[in-house]
Amino acid sequence: MSYESPPAEQPQQRPEVLLLRPPLPFFDAALSNKFRFLKPWESSLPLFDFLAAHAVSVRALLCSGPSPVDDDVLARLPALELVVASSAGVDHIDLAACRRLGISVTNAGFAFTDDTADYAVGLLIDILRHISASDRYVRRGLWPLKGDYPLASKLGGKRVGIVGLGSIGSAIAKRLEAFGCPILYHSRTRKPSVSYKYFGNVRDLASESDILIISCALTAETFHIIDKQVMLAVGRRGIIINVGRGALIDEKELVKCLMQGEIAGAGLDVFENEPVVPKELFHMDNVVLSSHKAIATPESLRNLFDLVSANLEAFFSNQPLVSPISE
Amino acid sequence: MESLGVLLPIPMNAYLESELDGRYKVFRLWESPPERRQDFIRANAAAIRAVVGNSKAGADADTIDALPRLEIVACFSVGLDKVDLAKCRERGIRVTNTPDVLTDDVADLAIGLAIAVLRRLCQADRFVRSGAWLSKGDYKLTTRFSGKTIGIIGLGRIGLAVAKRAEAFGCPISYYSRSEKPNTNYKYYSNLIDLAANCHVLVVACPLTEETYHIVNREVLDALGPKGVLVNIGRGLHVDEPELVAALREGRLGGAGLDVFEQEPDVPEELFGMENVVLVPHVGSGTNETRNAMADLVIGNLEAHVMNKPLLTPVV
Repeated sequence: MSYESPPAEQPQQRPEVLLLRPPLPFFDAALSNKFRFLKPWESSLPLFDFLAAHAVSVRALLCSGPSPVDDDVLARLPALELVVASSAGVDHIDLAACRRLGISVTNAGFAFTDDTADYAVGLLIDILRHISASDRYVRRGLWPLKGDYPLASKLGGKRVGIVGLGSIGSAIAKRLEAFGCPILYHSRTRKPSVSYKYFGNVRDLASESDILIISCALTAETFHIIDKQVMLAVGRRGIIINVGRGALIDEKELVKCLMQGEIAGAGLDVFENEPVVPKELFHMDNVVLSSHKAIATPESLRNLFDLVSANLEAFFSNQPLVSPISE
Repeated sequence: MESLGVLLPIPMNAYLESELDGRYKVFRLWESPPERRQDFIRANAAAIRAVVGNSKAGADADTIDALPRLEIVACFSVGLDKVDLAKCRERGIRVTNTPDVLTDDVADLAIGLAIAVLRRLCQADRFVRSGAWLSKGDYKLTTRFSGKTIGIIGLGRIGLAVAKRAEAFGCPISYYSRSEKPNTNYKYYSNLIDLAANCHVLVVACPLTEETYHIVNREVLDALGPKGVLVNIGRGLHVDEPELVAALREGRLGGAGLDVFEQEPDVPEELFGMENVVLVPHVGSGTNETRNAMADLVIGNLEAHVMNKPLLTPVV
């Protein structure tokens, strides 16, 4: 009869996992009896010296937050085989270099899908129906003084163009169908499994949409995919919602278009230089601004935790990874 | 033929007023000073055969009594709580409302308010605008909407539209109404306290009547509890407002999304400083598209009445 001690009683055998910055406290507490975390920020050595001194044999890296994983980092980790990202977007990780070096990358998979889709719909209803703006109006005591708030726009029947029909884009589409919105989309390739109308380029999508929702990955190809031409195409009654990454939109042009009325409004959870937000937006009633919070729920973090542990455990027991990036 | 005399108690949607002006003789009550309004009604009673009301003003017993030739009350709203329906029935006065055309908007707002409260959208917007993201950073978590149990009070047109939308977010639906609805799979509660105790978001979507006045009272709020959220897109008087404010203040209720209040346009100032509430100024049907459709329905009902044809959306 075989008997196995729990891993916690054999700390010297816990596999090493490199971190680049502090993980969420509960991740640290819950995972450190399975893995031994290397924490360069606790060392007096500069990062690259720490990597050279302690991490040459490390096989797995867990990213929390957007610390770059580029050639400089990868060159100092010759034994690295796995990068576990804690985000859905992996624009901070040099995927081409990882591919070249045979390093697998996993992301947050479906962990954030529901919350991000909910947030996109919430921002959209907020903008169309003036929720944040009229909440401000009521809180300032203006309702009795100035009367009814100006009329808003109806969501039902608005054509919603989704840029990037991955898991999040699809979840947004599913929700908005229930509100009576026709769904259109742009992505690199047509998805054979859906009946939504496909557009091979974003400008054509924008010109047939009342609302554009940005939910694609940020890559070299999608940087500033929403440029001035796309904004002009969505038009003076058009709304743009961004729950992807700030750099998907040419932010300077967006501010200009909003100021000049070239588009009607925007709901933004992400910005090009977070936490810096263009100040011109602060006084506009036709924008809703949020501090990159689409995924910030305990439910999403629990999903992420389960996925991160499952990927690390799969890796160290030579099982297939749970959420590898197929790129 | 004598053109229809229409009494407007308060200003209405501009499109509606211009459509009325183009067809009928319109009497604008608010243009008289308050102390002379009874005289105004008396002086024009011989000409007034219709009243156009809404959610703020309609035809109460005194008004109806003062208008012996009144034939129809056409409301620019779905709720008829400002009309004395019993009196209308007694006098044979027809009453119409604007159902269906506003259903989508009200349901959209209900979902919008639920997401805004749980995900703290307005708070995030205030936070960013104040510049605090830059100075303080932001690590606060909010609560997921998808998958939360939605309890609906009143599974009529609006309640069903709320349910249909919430289902697309994977939310289980339960409801309370006078009687169980035969054509749904939603879970029925014959007792509102039980519904409140077993849902995360409680949506008020029933008509305001004597039975539903203050239907959301202290007991219901306590059953909904510190993690529960109340969404009211019905009428302010559905909720015991001082009890709601107390429950929020004392943390006995998790949050509230409110489109309606007991004494509009006055809103309890204590709510203004709370982060877990979203307050909007009775805008449930407040879109250009819907208000125009509602106005067309009011006109359509009045035209049908004048032409002696069946009314489009009669209630009485």
